[in-house]
Amino acid sequence: MKGSLIIVSFFIVGIILGMTDLLPIDIQNSQWSFYTLCALMFSVGISVGNNPESINRFHTLNPGLLLLPVMTILGTLTGCLVVSFLLPERSMSECMAVGSGFGYYSLSSIFITEYKGAELGILALISNIGREVITLLFAPLMVRWFGNLAPISAGGATTMDTTLPIITRCCGKEYAIVSIFHGFIVDFSVPFLVTLFCSVNF
Amino acid sequence: MFIVIGFMFTGMLVGYLLRKRKVKFINNAITILIWALLLLLGIEVGGNKEIIKALPVIGMEAIAITIAGLLGSLIAARLLWKHFSKREKKRA
Repeated sequence: MKGSLIIVSFFIVGIILGMTDLLPIDIQNSQWSFYTLCALMFSVGISVGNNPESINRFHTLNPGLLLLPVMTILGTLTGCLVVSFLLPERSMSECMAVGSGFGYYSLSSIFITEYKGAELGILALISNIGREVITLLFAPLMVRWFGNLAPISAGGATTMDTTLPIITRCCGKEYAIVSIFHGFIVDFSVPFLVTLFCSVNF
Repeated sequence: MFIVIGFMFTGMLVGYLLRKRKVKFINNAITILIWALLLLLGIEVGGNKEIIKALPVIGMEAIAITIAGLLGSLIAARLLWKHFSKREKKRA
């Protein structure tokens, strides 16, 4: 939670800096954010490649539960597809690109800003922060209405870090490994799905 | 567009080659880069008066997409959960 607050405050400081024209250079028309994004993805790659044993740990998992990340991705994308009919300003692919953040707001908003501009980028930021916050607040209700797997699916890409504590509390400790596995897979799918839905138009 | 994903795969290869030596600083690097990028995103949004004006509408659209995506994934999770509960009962 503290980490999320720091990230949001960096964003707000950025807005204030942008509004006040205090900056001596024109950051908006430069390639800075693209280079930083490449550096970020390179670092993310290193952290994944450096820990091959983190993947081996998942051997103990019930094979049926391997389907949960797929259910999360398909369910989310279907929901976004349906809601795009209610949002005349947004195309189907834009709604699905935003939904493909799965709560991973830092990375998805950065990607979408790079591909589609700042307006859809900030939409993705708000939407995906919302996903994390709603999961944290409503996890107990989700268990009651949709079963024990529901908060894990709702948490999307965040279920291996920020929402893991609430998930183990609401669903039980035995769901920790499913939750980490689910977060790992969904997290990994974010850059691919966001890129996919930003590069098509329908 | 795919350049960015290419960078990730290159990173994975480098990380794998270095797996004998744990690169601990990489998580700090990721955090700082994320801060930097959100600062840049903020600057871009703040400098664009049209986006600032449209913020309430954008916020509503964002929440609509969030709720729709969440409901979709919750229903999908329920389907899988029901499927499991049924199988457990059969086995019992």
